[in-house]
Amino acid sequence: MKMISLTIDGISVQVPDGTTILDAAASLGIDVPTFCHDPRLRPDGACRICVVEVEKARSLVTSCSTPVGEGMVVYTDSPSVVEARKEILRLMWANHPYNCLTCEKAGNCKLQDYSYRYGITDEDIQLFAGEKKKHEIDDSNKFYISDQNKCILCGKCVRICGELQCTNAIGRSDRGFTTHITPPFEIKLETSECVSCGNCVSYCPTGALSAKKPVKYREWEVKRVDTTCTYCGVGCQLQLLVKDNRVVGVEPVNGPANEGLLCVKGKFGYNFINHPDRLKTPLIKKDGKFEEASWAEALELVAEKLSETRDKYGPDAVAGLSSARCTNEENYLFQKLMRGAVGTNNVDHCARL
Amino acid sequence: MTNSIKEIDKADTIFVIGSNTTENHPVIGSRIKRAVKNGAKLIVADPRDIELSKHATHSMRLKPGTNIALLNGMMNVIIAEGLQAEEYIKERTENYDELKELVKDYTPEKVEEITGIPAETIKEAARLYATSERSMLFYAMGITQHSTGTQHVFSIANLAMLCGMVGKEGTGVNPLRGQNNVQGACDVGCLPNFMPGYQKVGDPVVMEKFEKAWGTKLSDKVGLTVSEIIHAAEEGKVKTLYIMGENPMVSDPDITHVKKGLENLDFLVVQDIFLTETAELADVVLPAASFAEKDGTFTNTERRVQRIRKAIEPIGQSRADWEIIQDIMNLMGYTQNFKDAAGIMDEIAAVTPQYAGIDYQRLENGSLQWPCPTKDHPGTGYLHSGKFSRGKGLFKPSPYTPADEQPDDKYPLILTTGRVLYHYHTRTMTKRVEGLEALVPESYIEISPYTAGKLSVKDGDTVKVSSRRGEVAVKAKVTDRLDDDVVFMPFHFAEGAANMLTNTALDSIAKIPELKVCAVKVEKV
Ligand code: SF4
Ligand code: SF4
Ligand code: SF4
Ligand code: FES
Repeated sequence: MKMISLTIDGISVQVPDGTTILDAAASLGIDVPTFCHDPRLRPDGACRICVVEVEKARSLVTSCSTPVGEGMVVYTDSPSVVEARKEILRLMWANHPYNCLTCEKAGNCKLQDYSYRYGITDEDIQLFAGEKKKHEIDDSNKFYISDQNKCILCGKCVRICGELQCTNAIGRSDRGFTTHITPPFEIKLETSECVSCGNCVSYCPTGALSAKKPVKYREWEVKRVDTTCTYCGVGCQLQLLVKDNRVVGVEPVNGPANEGLLCVKGKFGYNFINHPDRLKTPLIKKDGKFEEASWAEALELVAEKLSETRDKYGPDAVAGLSSARCTNEENYLFQKLMRGAVGTNNVDHCARL
Repeated sequence: MTNSIKEIDKADTIFVIGSNTTENHPVIGSRIKRAVKNGAKLIVADPRDIELSKHATHSMRLKPGTNIALLNGMMNVIIAEGLQAEEYIKERTENYDELKELVKDYTPEKVEEITGIPAETIKEAARLYATSERSMLFYAMGITQHSTGTQHVFSIANLAMLCGMVGKEGTGVNPLRGQNNVQGACDVGCLPNFMPGYQKVGDPVVMEKFEKAWGTKLSDKVGLTVSEIIHAAEEGKVKTLYIMGENPMVSDPDITHVKKGLENLDFLVVQDIFLTETAELADVVLPAASFAEKDGTFTNTERRVQRIRKAIEPIGQSRADWEIIQDIMNLMGYTQNFKDAAGIMDEIAAVTPQYAGIDYQRLENGSLQWPCPTKDHPGTGYLHSGKFSRGKGLFKPSPYTPADEQPDDKYPLILTTGRVLYHYHTRTMTKRVEGLEALVPESYIEISPYTAGKLSVKDGDTVKVSSRRGEVAVKAKVTDRLDDDVVFMPFHFAEGAANMLTNTALDSIAKIPELKVCAVKVEKV
């Protein structure tokens, strides 16, 4: 592979031919801001927040879509770069609602983060202050809300839905000031082709697309635990968001099987976990009715019945159905119980159903 | 799966048969659509027009239960036109002549009559599959849930081997496993004829190995499958049944019969996270922790072993399934001393050759695909590279036989069953997620406009659906996605349960019930 040598912020680096300036900078640990960039998508160059200065170039270039060149000298944080980024942020604020205080995305919003990073002041926000957008909020989808007043038109959601999820449920509509993201013909999301996978929601950099939260939480309040989806056999990797021993949300993780995508069940199907219907104590049926029992009582009864049946009728009078939903470790132990402790091979699960 | 999910990007042609991928394996469904967008060709064969059909170059709506005829027909075309992979067949397979002999009769014209797919489409699809550089085949329950499920699977393997489409990247025979850990449950021995790692029950070497490893005497008699267990319960031969995390009262065919079996038991233990329809019948119910409350591993459809991690404390007094099982083993005097799930994985690795190289420390750095025979083995992306695990690939020619139950005057329609995107299995989890439940709150039957018209049924009307085994009342959904003599029901629901109607006829080898085809009658009520 051909390697290209260049200098970024005074550090020389070699990267394979075809690498973008953004990725080359990332390989040096330099975090260039991005809104519309997603490594899984073809570069779009829509937001321009990722601009950098390249010596001898006529103007600033978008690092997410510009490949490196031999001998390039790049500055990712020069005064002109910083000023250009501030200008982009000022323009975004010109019509963006100014209520981060109660926005669900606060703490996980790139507009907020970069405004902080570049020291956007009240004056900056007022500088171009103009008419605010007045889009109706679409909360018709069962799982997420689209508030187009907060949209910065990075276009990521449209590309994710079209290029990765491949549902093509949403697109840009109108031009100029009223441009916004919507299903075709301005129909509500609920009646659109949208399959509620939430992949657009997970990657929207602002509060324009946000998950409905059965339990309110702030981004900084939750513990995040990486795990595997409990539904189908694809084995998507995801993160459970936990607050007060409650799973309150799910975010995708870039695993080998899912590459950061989820479906509606993985993304929004978590509320069964803390559901009030969960079984909380062992139950023993007495005279046709369940009564709560202690673990000791219930386990002793089960062990006794298993042993009794085995001794009286032989081990094959006992059978076990294991679970395609339990872990490998649990299934292993279950068949070991049937085979080793009871002495029967009557163990199966619903692989076939 | 013989291959990996990411290889979808490498395939030139993708053939999906008996899998409604976008609803049942949605993220793989998206990946297939993306491959098509990037230029791959797609062949779809299903009794209904599914979402993937819209993206297909060749969409084949076949009569339920006629997949083998279609596959044999495709092979007929391939051989007739000399498109088979001669060298591959010579070097890597056995029994080709017998296959050639069998498929000779399956001319596209004859297959058109059986399947309803135009002969010309069969020819084109066959050519496309055979002549592409890399053809990748996917299937699911639409192939396996037949009384001839095993022959279905053979036919698929025959087609793939005939064209040399096994053992290289972007090809393969890829069954999509439905539930999160079906693959793993099979791998670690929850099968009546296999010990962990598909080591045969009854093989003296295997039995001796496990008797030594587990320090106990073992039975070398092959056990009963789910359906056989239910039968045996009904006959009074099985007296005590322990069910962990399954709900046969909704998932199994002919629920009336399942109920009879379970009620006839002396003792039923059900361990689950909710009081399921099955748990209602139990003598003892043990509350289990959910996947969010424990450590462990799941093995996905591409043989990838991945961690789950404890995120919250168990709800109420519920406990991880393995802790419960271990306690029972100890109370029965078969002492186990596992301190955590990692310890159990170490024992799995010790007795399961495919998992021998897997441990929790390695899994912290990323997942591993089995076979992973040693601690420094990187895992295996695709199987049968260079040669088949058994040496030579054996063609198993399989004739088409009609489904066990055929429509007649009394039950004139063919019912096929399946799943929807918004629900999972018997709904124990998804019915408790408000939004999912709101999207598909009740059972229904899909019926063609012509047939609906004939029965004076309108979209949304309640209809009575009956079969030789039972009847249910459900809403009619009129749609032109299926043929006039075919109806479809999702199986998820306990109310209006499709499995009140389905046939228990079993595949004689894999013991899979014929859930995909039975004869029913639909009436307006
Ligand atoms: S939720 Fe999924 S299908 Fe719906 S618009 Fe977003 S990406 Fe598209
Ligand atoms: S809704 Fe979000 S992701 Fe979509 S264009 Fe607007 S800001 Fe970008
Ligand atoms: S997120 Fe959806 S596709 Fe992924 S494993 Fe879960 S259920 Fe399957
Ligand atoms: S991130 Fe580069 S143009 Fe948007």
